[in-house]
Amino acid sequence: MPTETKTVENYVEKPKTLAELRADLVGGKVKAADLAARYYDRIAEVNPRLNVYLSLSKERALAQAARVDALAAKGDPLPPLAGVPVGVKDVLVMKGAPATAGSKILKGYQPPYDATAVSKLEAAGAVLLGKLNCDEFAMGSSNENSAYGPVRNPVDTERVPGGSSGGSAAAVAANMAVASLGTDTGGSIRQPASFCGVVGVLPTYGRVSRYGLIAFASSLDRVGPFAGNVRDAATLLGVIAGHDPKDATSSPAPVPDFAAESDKPVEGLRVGVPAEYFAEGLDAEVRANIEKGIAGLKAAGCTVKPVSLPHTRYAIPTYYLVATAEASANLARFDGVRYGYRSPASETLAGLYKNSREEGFGAEVKRRILLGTYALSAGYYDAYYRKAQQVRRLLAEEFLRVFADVDAIVTPTAPTAAFKLGEKTGDPLAMYLADIYTVTASLAGICGVTVPCGATAAGLPVGMQVLAAHLKEGTAFRVARAVEAAQI
Amino acid sequence: MTAKVTLQDVERVAELAHLELAPEEAPRMVGDLNAILDYVAELNELDTTGVEPLAQVSELESAERASVLRADVQLPSLDRGAVMAAAPETDQVFFKVPKVIER
Repeated sequence: MPTETKTVENYVEKPKTLAELRADLVGGKVKAADLAARYYDRIAEVNPRLNVYLSLSKERALAQAARVDALAAKGDPLPPLAGVPVGVKDVLVMKGAPATAGSKILKGYQPPYDATAVSKLEAAGAVLLGKLNCDEFAMGSSNENSAYGPVRNPVDTERVPGGSSGGSAAAVAANMAVASLGTDTGGSIRQPASFCGVVGVLPTYGRVSRYGLIAFASSLDRVGPFAGNVRDAATLLGVIAGHDPKDATSSPAPVPDFAAESDKPVEGLRVGVPAEYFAEGLDAEVRANIEKGIAGLKAAGCTVKPVSLPHTRYAIPTYYLVATAEASANLARFDGVRYGYRSPASETLAGLYKNSREEGFGAEVKRRILLGTYALSAGYYDAYYRKAQQVRRLLAEEFLRVFADVDAIVTPTAPTAAFKLGEKTGDPLAMYLADIYTVTASLAGICGVTVPCGATAAGLPVGMQVLAAHLKEGTAFRVARAVEAAQI
Repeated sequence: MTAKVTLQDVERVAELAHLELAPEEAPRMVGDLNAILDYVAELNELDTTGVEPLAQVSELESAERASVLRADVQLPSLDRGAVMAAAPETDQVFFKVPKVIER
């Protein structure tokens, strides 16, 4: 009897680089309108299998493409992202487009304004194709918590794309967008980028405005780009970064030319390797690939040295207390009164709140609201929430000490390559541990980039996380470029 | 920090959070919360006496970031009609909800 072998469905297709697209557009080889149409064809073809897009904004996209084509026809200078097809994670609002946050409770909601990151992309010429699937309220590490069904990993459709920005990572990996926006609270850009084999950026806390982002945990949430290569990710960050009077936490620091920063050689940079990120629980194949990446950095002239971040093991407990406490407060606004879903049969106001929330929220969101409310409740606040905030300071200060000695830190982005759908859904704690290498930077507010760094024998992508100090994205991009160039 | 969460605790917290848990949901949440709280109890190993809690990280970037307030001037808000258009029930001026006060 022949054994049954299952063919791996693979939808991986690398998008053109921004430079290639620009050359095509300036040289008249392609029109922005045709490019947008081609992307909508690709989406129509593969979305039924991958479930990456939740809604399409064709009218707006085609109007923008027409504006770009009119500029090009006149020979006017084109803005930096002219005609570039981009997808937007469905936790960022776009005027008139559905905003679900992957939740039933926002079904039917069409916000009346644009998020700042969205309007900045459009002002730079980008063509916004539509909204991308994600875990409900960005809570999850596999995209299986979306009320609209899981995204499938384009590399192997039996596997998860990671989360919570699973749609944003898969869109770029499957060439359903040239680039995308995601958000990262505990690893939600970096881990899916790693699982899908694309580049993802965690900007410094405050570097990118969160105006128009449906909040999960406000002291941790960040907006950042996904792209097919490091230089393009740097260009995108340059477009969306900068101070915004509408977000009091946005940084007034000047925004450098990140793409130019990424072009600088890495020779002489000091790169730290923390032993705590290579301990028990790290998959052997992931480790082997990351070690090759580190060897590549040495060959490129970096000084590689061991560093120590001994509080790393306390990061997941700290993160889940801080993030759930903040979530319990942020998600109080979803009550069936002002937007989204309202439970139809409620005779009292209290009943309307409870029924709308009970019927509108999924299990993981309820679990986190309960945990956060518990950690903040009378008698437990000091033991849980305050304790976590104290440990958060220890974790952050530890990073600052290490960054006095090194320019960047490199680690695996995730302990394993993409896991199978359903593999961790029954065990919330096991799912939380998928973020073990990413939550530390989230708590400390520092920046980072994840860059593809080889693959397992089964062909699953491995990602290397490059971390740098506050506002040093340029350094993280430089190191990531060197890993990319080493072609692990 | 090793307190065991009971069904009554979950029901009390659900009440605080305006969540009405289904009968089969509550016991599952008791189990999940206990597993998670057992895990976070690891933080007890650390002596944090005298450590100032870190509520937000902007201060780590620069001292000026610790407090950012804009000038207290009135700026345009979202258009009321556009906001009301997204509400489940409205008379275009106010959000409508079930009656709160009996006359």
